[in-house]
Amino acid sequence: MLSRAADNLYWMMRYVERAENMARMLDVTHRMSLMGADAGMNQWNATLIIAGCEKPFALRGGAASPRSVIDFLAFERENPSSIAACLLAARENARAMRAQITNEAWESINAAWLEMRTLSLDKVESDGLRGFFDWVRDRSHLFRGVAEGTMQRGDAYRFMRLGTLIERADSTARILDVKYHILLPSSKDVGGAVDYYQWGALLRSVSSFRIYRQIYRDAITPLRVAELLVLRDDMPRSLHACFGEIVEILDELRRDYRRDFPSVRLAERILMQLRYGSIDDILSVGLHEYLTEAIDRNIELGVAIAQDFMHTA
Amino acid sequence: MPAFDEMTDAAGAIRAPYRGYAQWLQTAQSDRLQQRRHEADTLFRRLGITFAVYGEGGDTERLIPFDIVPRILSASEWARLRRGLEQRVKALNAFLDDIYHDKAILREGKIPADLITGNEQYTAAMAGFKVPHGIYSHIAGIDLVRTGEDEFFVLEDNARTPSGVSYMLENREAMMRLFPELFGAVRVAPVGHYPDALLQTLRECAPPNCNDEPTVALLTPGVFNSAYFEHVFLAEQMGIELVEGSDLVVRDNRVYMRMVGGLKRVDVLYRRLDDAFLDPQAFRKDSMIGVPGLFAAYKAGNITITNAVGTGVADDKSIYPYVPEMVRFYLAEEPLLANVPTYILRRPDDLKYTLEHLPELVVKEVHGSGGYGMLVGPRSSKAEIEAFRAKIIAKPEAYIAQPTLALSTCPTFVDQGLAPRHVDLRPFVLSGNTTRIVPGGLTRVALREGSLVVNSSQGGGTKDTWILEPGPLDAPPADMQAADTPTGQAQSQTSSGAV
Repeated sequence: MLSRAADNLYWMMRYVERAENMARMLDVTHRMSLMGADAGMNQWNATLIIAGCEKPFALRGGAASPRSVIDFLAFERENPSSIAACLLAARENARAMRAQITNEAWESINAAWLEMRTLSLDKVESDGLRGFFDWVRDRSHLFRGVAEGTMQRGDAYRFMRLGTLIERADSTARILDVKYHILLPSSKDVGGAVDYYQWGALLRSVSSFRIYRQIYRDAITPLRVAELLVLRDDMPRSLHACFGEIVEILDELRRDYRRDFPSVRLAERILMQLRYGSIDDILSVGLHEYLTEAIDRNIELGVAIAQDFMHTA
Repeated sequence: MPAFDEMTDAAGAIRAPYRGYAQWLQTAQSDRLQQRRHEADTLFRRLGITFAVYGEGGDTERLIPFDIVPRILSASEWARLRRGLEQRVKALNAFLDDIYHDKAILREGKIPADLITGNEQYTAAMAGFKVPHGIYSHIAGIDLVRTGEDEFFVLEDNARTPSGVSYMLENREAMMRLFPELFGAVRVAPVGHYPDALLQTLRECAPPNCNDEPTVALLTPGVFNSAYFEHVFLAEQMGIELVEGSDLVVRDNRVYMRMVGGLKRVDVLYRRLDDAFLDPQAFRKDSMIGVPGLFAAYKAGNITITNAVGTGVADDKSIYPYVPEMVRFYLAEEPLLANVPTYILRRPDDLKYTLEHLPELVVKEVHGSGGYGMLVGPRSSKAEIEAFRAKIIAKPEAYIAQPTLALSTCPTFVDQGLAPRHVDLRPFVLSGNTTRIVPGGLTRVALREGSLVVNSSQGGGTKDTWILEPGPLDAPPADMQAADTPTGQAQSQTSSGAV
């Protein structure tokens, strides 16, 4: 497949995943604010930080309110990280790659964008914000599912999966890092009501609340949350699970093209640490330091993949 | 004189090719038709069959309006057109080969030499170069109009990068989804094999230095091109890579694609990019969408570019009046398809006549395309005509003029119901080891009442084009030759008036 096509498909999926993660975060933050768990702007600021949108949000001028944050992160097309901008970018990538994806996949993302373009904060507010966030998540699931159900297991599909997984690993690490940072000061009251909701919300934002309950059958503690989202290989959004599949895919590419790609070795090194690491190792470094490094290495891997496959000389 | 309606004759009787359809139409309820029309819109938007329009503000992605009433031609009508198209494209290819080599047609004075040498579409760099298999215009789109039962004319040749074939294919697809029962009642010749025919044609045109199974790729200007959807569609249908200039690299006069696993050789490039932008080293230096070194690779015999470079000189409007002469000159045959009678305004007599009859004529700029830069006399105000008159007088050689033809009409579904609208037809002619023409082509329809402009950029729509399968009632007439006579006559009128 063309290098440019690999690049486009990879980014198409990153954008879809990014839109979904943004919707998940906004949903949880919105829910928390409704419960009065955080009367101020703390949660909203954290959401801006996770999205990497703190500066552009400040620069846009105007007062900061929950409403303005939601508008900026969901509907502002000038903000490249907003849900609207991501769905548009995903759709444009798909349009450029229509020969590479199935008609059904194209129709799915095109329909998502055609609906998105008719929406605004005013409009979704009157129907309920949660319905909108659910819709974004559903469209992302649908698109991935259509791709999974219709596409040949060739290079196109591989680079799409790589895009999903790299973006997802990045998002999980960021959510955990920022929330952990904010929530820790209040977590003396372990097992208390506030704690339950705060950490519960974090878990919900990565669809892991019920899984946590099933695995630990105990109060929600920060340590276990971190363990779940970093080290468990059976948690689809954990770093371990993401890198497990990334390595599988890169290994297939190495076999098919019979070449030694630097990105493959880098991904394998990252996976080894996740596979054999323990939560105690992580704490000895400090969770924040650990996650910061994980985010950096993930970025490094993205660059290496691009160099190996997408910028063929 | 009222226009020739393709479905109904002057007495109100249904013409033979439309009888099956008319029968079905009688039983179809109009609200159901209306509903299907909406479904068609949704279908096209959902499939993303759009084209880009720039410079008009608003949404840059538009649907070309699709009309749910098919345009129908009989098997024998098509058989005649088919032979005429094949003949015409053969002559155009022979002409291109000639003017880039011997220039016999100029030496013999059949075409004024300065029309070629002074033509900016004439590419000096192609002179003396033997293109693979001697074919220049592998894919040609010939625009036909009709004015009567047996009166078909060529309005325009498109020998460079004709577009629209994806609409031909998608229109059929849509019709079969919307009206499956119709295809049981009326036997329509299929068109779906066009991508196969195209791929076969492209493969046959492999360059001299290609020994293996040739690798074919489609070169697009990119996602902002108005025909991008079509590029994607064709690449997908043929199972070939859709490349942009930046995906290609030339090493040692060989052309490669940048692939995930490394570089891959390309043998045949179906380019949908204008000559000027193909290669910044050979043509426009500011082209960001071309491939540096491509033209050198072409001349080294390492790649076939389809259509060849420099074909624009064959479909230039200043050359158009001479195409019938080309047929006679190269094939020693009488043209089967007539030109529209054309006044060449570089000729004093034609200019004088034209200036005296502007309100009746259509005047076209010889290098213009897309329906811009033209005057439709009968539909223009006095002021518009006078403004155009001044332009003609300032530069008569830049224009040709033609009588306003009463283009045939075909019933079309508009807001008020079914109403006649003017149509044309663009069949696609593929030239490889053999000539391939998929039955039919793209019918364009002028949706505004009375309008003769069918261009999609000017409010035109499209219809599915049906060529009926030969049936017992529609066997090709034994006196096929006789059936061709009216065209021949019209042709000789054209020739005496124009050549």
